[in-house]
Amino acid sequence: MFKMNVVRTLFALGLMIGCAQGAQASLLDQVQKRGFLICGSNPGVPGFGLPDDKGGWTGFDVDFCRAVAAAIFNDPTKVKFIALSAKDRFTALQSGEVDLLSRNTTWTLSRETGQGFLFAGISYYDGQGFLVRKKLNLSSALELSGASICVQQGTTTELNLADFFRGNNMKYEPVNFANAEEAVRAYEGGRCDAYTTDASGLYVERQRLTDPEDSVVLPEIISKEPLGPAVRQGDDEWFNLVKWTLYALVNAEELGVNAKNVDEKAKSDRPEVRRLLGFEGNFGEGLGLGADWAYRIVKHVGNYGEIFDRNLGEGSPLKIKRGINALWTKGGLQYAPPIR
Amino acid sequence: MAGSTRGGPGANALYVLQGNIPPRAPPLRRRRLIDLLAGNLFDGWRASLLTIATLLLIALVAPPLLRFLVFDAVWSAPDGAACRAPGAGACWAFIWRKLPYFTYGSYPLDQRWRVDVTLAMGAVLIVWLLWLNAPRRNLAALLFFGAYPIIAFLLLHGAPFIGLPRVASDLWGGIFVSLLVATVGMVVSLPFGVLLALGRRSSLPALSLACAGFIELVRGVPIITVLFMANTMLPLFVPENLAPDRLLRPLIGVALFASAYMAEVVRGGLQAIPNGQFEGALALGLGRWQMQRLVILPQALRAVIPGVVNNFIALFKDTTLVAVVGIFDFLRTVDSARLDPVWAGPTIAATGYAFAAMFYFVFCFAMSRYSLFVERRFSHGR
Amino acid sequence: MTAGSDGLSPFKAMKLRRHPALEFWYDAKARAILLQSAFVVAFVALAIFAFIDVRANMEARGIATDLSFLGKVAGFDINQSLIPYSAASTYGRAFVVGLLNTLLVAAVSLALATVLGFIVGFARLSKNWIVGQTAMAYVEAIRNVPLLLQLLFWYNAVLKPLPSPKQSLPLPFGMFLNNRGLFAPAPVFEAGAVWLVAALCVSLLAAVAMRLTPKRIKFATPSRAFFSGVAAALLLVLPLAAFVGAGTPVAFVQPELKGFNFVGGVRLLPEFVALVLGLSLYTAAFIAEIVRAGVEAVPRGQREAAAAIGLDRADADRLVIAPQAMRLIVPLLTSQYLNLIKNSSLAVFIGYPDLVQVFAGTVLNQTGAAVQVIFITMAVYLAISLVASLAMNLYGRRFALVER
Repeated sequence: MFKMNVVRTLFALGLMIGCAQGAQASLLDQVQKRGFLICGSNPGVPGFGLPDDKGGWTGFDVDFCRAVAAAIFNDPTKVKFIALSAKDRFTALQSGEVDLLSRNTTWTLSRETGQGFLFAGISYYDGQGFLVRKKLNLSSALELSGASICVQQGTTTELNLADFFRGNNMKYEPVNFANAEEAVRAYEGGRCDAYTTDASGLYVERQRLTDPEDSVVLPEIISKEPLGPAVRQGDDEWFNLVKWTLYALVNAEELGVNAKNVDEKAKSDRPEVRRLLGFEGNFGEGLGLGADWAYRIVKHVGNYGEIFDRNLGEGSPLKIKRGINALWTKGGLQYAPPIR
Repeated sequence: MAGSTRGGPGANALYVLQGNIPPRAPPLRRRRLIDLLAGNLFDGWRASLLTIATLLLIALVAPPLLRFLVFDAVWSAPDGAACRAPGAGACWAFIWRKLPYFTYGSYPLDQRWRVDVTLAMGAVLIVWLLWLNAPRRNLAALLFFGAYPIIAFLLLHGAPFIGLPRVASDLWGGIFVSLLVATVGMVVSLPFGVLLALGRRSSLPALSLACAGFIELVRGVPIITVLFMANTMLPLFVPENLAPDRLLRPLIGVALFASAYMAEVVRGGLQAIPNGQFEGALALGLGRWQMQRLVILPQALRAVIPGVVNNFIALFKDTTLVAVVGIFDFLRTVDSARLDPVWAGPTIAATGYAFAAMFYFVFCFAMSRYSLFVERRFSHGR
Repeated sequence: MTAGSDGLSPFKAMKLRRHPALEFWYDAKARAILLQSAFVVAFVALAIFAFIDVRANMEARGIATDLSFLGKVAGFDINQSLIPYSAASTYGRAFVVGLLNTLLVAAVSLALATVLGFIVGFARLSKNWIVGQTAMAYVEAIRNVPLLLQLLFWYNAVLKPLPSPKQSLPLPFGMFLNNRGLFAPAPVFEAGAVWLVAALCVSLLAAVAMRLTPKRIKFATPSRAFFSGVAAALLLVLPLAAFVGAGTPVAFVQPELKGFNFVGGVRLLPEFVALVLGLSLYTAAFIAEIVRAGVEAVPRGQREAAAAIGLDRADADRLVIAPQAMRLIVPLLTSQYLNLIKNSSLAVFIGYPDLVQVFAGTVLNQTGAAVQVIFITMAVYLAISLVASLAMNLYGRRFALVER
């Protein structure tokens, strides 16, 4: 009886506090009061998100969180990363456990209409492919009829896989795993003939196989996977902040502003650069931040191109080409609305 | 007297023995091997057949097992290459290399002494509690259930005001997390289990219904779903900035689960108490709570010690399931270490599981022996 | 008795001086009613409050709070299904597929665990030293190691390293074993198979009827062995006759290696095999202990008495010991069966598509309906538990003491 009462009282109190707080404080205020950002990230994809032994995080998605922290606190280290599996990520964001989900998550309609999220933009254009053993001598994914395919559970990958085989009238056996690592090991151990995930992930995982030369990535890309950071619905200020952090990164690259030359560029006469770095107009105010918000981002984290190169591109062991992730001026799809 | 004087059927009836039964051979003294063989293992063709079949079974299982675990095992190696050699057995070098990870998870290297101290304190208190003849066991109970959780929390989680840096719980892992989950389950489930059991037996129908409902609800579902619920729904029910830590959630789930099972064990003990005890206590003028505290619970709890220990064994085995919500308990660390490409090989999984099995076996077997010992010890007085 | 002539202790006397308006508080009955009403009101109010609040919170964040997702197209595939299912089916159907897979693995494991458990239990009781010790070693080794560890062992350490389909291990009866599972020939029923099914039904009914024949009639006939013989003949001869008579109407389709995998025949997923192995070996150890304890709990005098009235060992076991032991065994067996059903949820760790893996895993993730999915999952297990314990209670009544 005692236990029940105490639990319930706490429960009720908690609920009331919750209502009261939910009505008042915006997420940005909460984050500022807390002193650090809580970011949901991927615990196991090198290049996108990977914690080391000591809990330090690196990766493309991780650096995006650091950019948001830099904009808010002028300090990219004020982020607490929470490792989320594909299964856990949505409930973690729904429940408010994380302020921001930056974990190679695909932007889909139902995730915005049914699950209560908003995607702040597309940080990485990806597509789904297949990894198969070289000795099978396959040249196309269309030859996979009857195969067993390892896939991570609870992802759009799982759905695209079903679509692809249904659309091409082929049969297959899906073998589901709760995390990517298990799925890859199962593929390596021979439980499956192919492993499927986003193309970027395939290159990463192939590098990590005991013998990378044994496997090849098939040429087909079977889906569109626009990956981006997601936030909860209901707080437009926060949504804008995250969205414009992404656009600031892309704009900075377009304008040639990077971490090394940002102080030099501050003296520039170009109005776009002056607006970006906060010398003309106070665009940070509308986001609830200071005028130098974008300056802070570029200064601490660099621009989009730098983040890409450092984690995925030439400056990383993965050596992924920019491809469609190049700026629109260079034949890619990365395009940011102007800051003005 | 003549046989007919007994009355009833005569001595020539079919079922009356004619003559004496021949005396049986004296019971075997099964001290010598030869007696054992002749009188037990090969006593008649059926026994012989059974013995031979069992021996065959042993011969089939034991030698490959021994070869894998001992004779063909790789005892030291810098990486997995030696273990991948054809015909190699268990890769103990892998266990040896990964032992710190299995024990502490990713707990920072220079802070691991804190885990050691916590575990040592826990071990001392538990031995003190379990040793039936130890002096001042009340004090031990007080320390274990009262002071120890607080000290352990401060040590493990950190307390900047006494100079211990915080260690985020997502770095915790390994054996120490398994023991932590089990200990929390035990420490919480005992008092709550007693309260729930008393509540269920209460004469207030609403209270007893609520307690019974809770107990049966929790016992009717798999622990995995309780853990899922704790993991995904607790944060939805509490305000955002109070969302419990990712390790705290499964701890709450395990505590709820263990309490419900404990309540049923305690209720069994309460039911075994004769009515006279209640009546006697009332006749002495004891109040309801005095009666429970001084008369009923001491008897009931003593009677259920074996049941409680068996519950602990089950709880300890169930701690492996917290992995489903992403906690790196001991088994999960073993299971993830086997995926390390440096070591990955055909024998690594079996080696890791063999090591984990030995660990769990030692703990659970020791607990079950202890339970038997206590049972016997208390039955002496009866 | 110092205070007052009414013989009350000072304590009691003091208690009597109480405020008249609070009189009801000292009436145990009134107090109980009051406390309970307060408790119920508080409980219900809180439940409603929590429900409304959480719902409002979820709706404010745009999270679906109803069950309409069950009717939407699932879009993912499941690799084992007892009913027709494709990616175009609904989430509701995916739920049924998961539930049936849970029931399937539970039913198979339950049968195997019971058989093995009774065998080991009897072995444990055996007077043969080596048999008894071996059985004990099995029980202790299995009981003291977590089930999850055993499942992972069977799946990752035994089944995964099996050869690929091209190098499958051939087994007797045209079966194959490889890292994609166990493949066996599948029976295909032709037109005449109706007769076979009919014959099977008739002989089963007849056997059941004989089992239910009152003992009085049975014992009037020459011997029990005669009866068992007739039953066995019924069960064997009649279907066999029908089989031959209808022109062997059952053919077997052999599994064949085509492309990546075996095609045709019956296939058991490695995940299924691992789960059945793990669950049945684990539960059998517990059942063995229950059987041993149940038999040992029958007083020695019962066996002696049975011997005294001229029953041989087998008859004593069957007619005297078994019914008494079963009375103890059945309730404990029930709880083991329930444990097995609940433990089948560990499927999620090795990727067998059971209720938890399919519904509380994939469906939850694809729809985001966490609260609804988890409540439904728990309710289903609760319902299964209730039905199973009800069934076992009915079965247990057969062994209940008939008090006269």
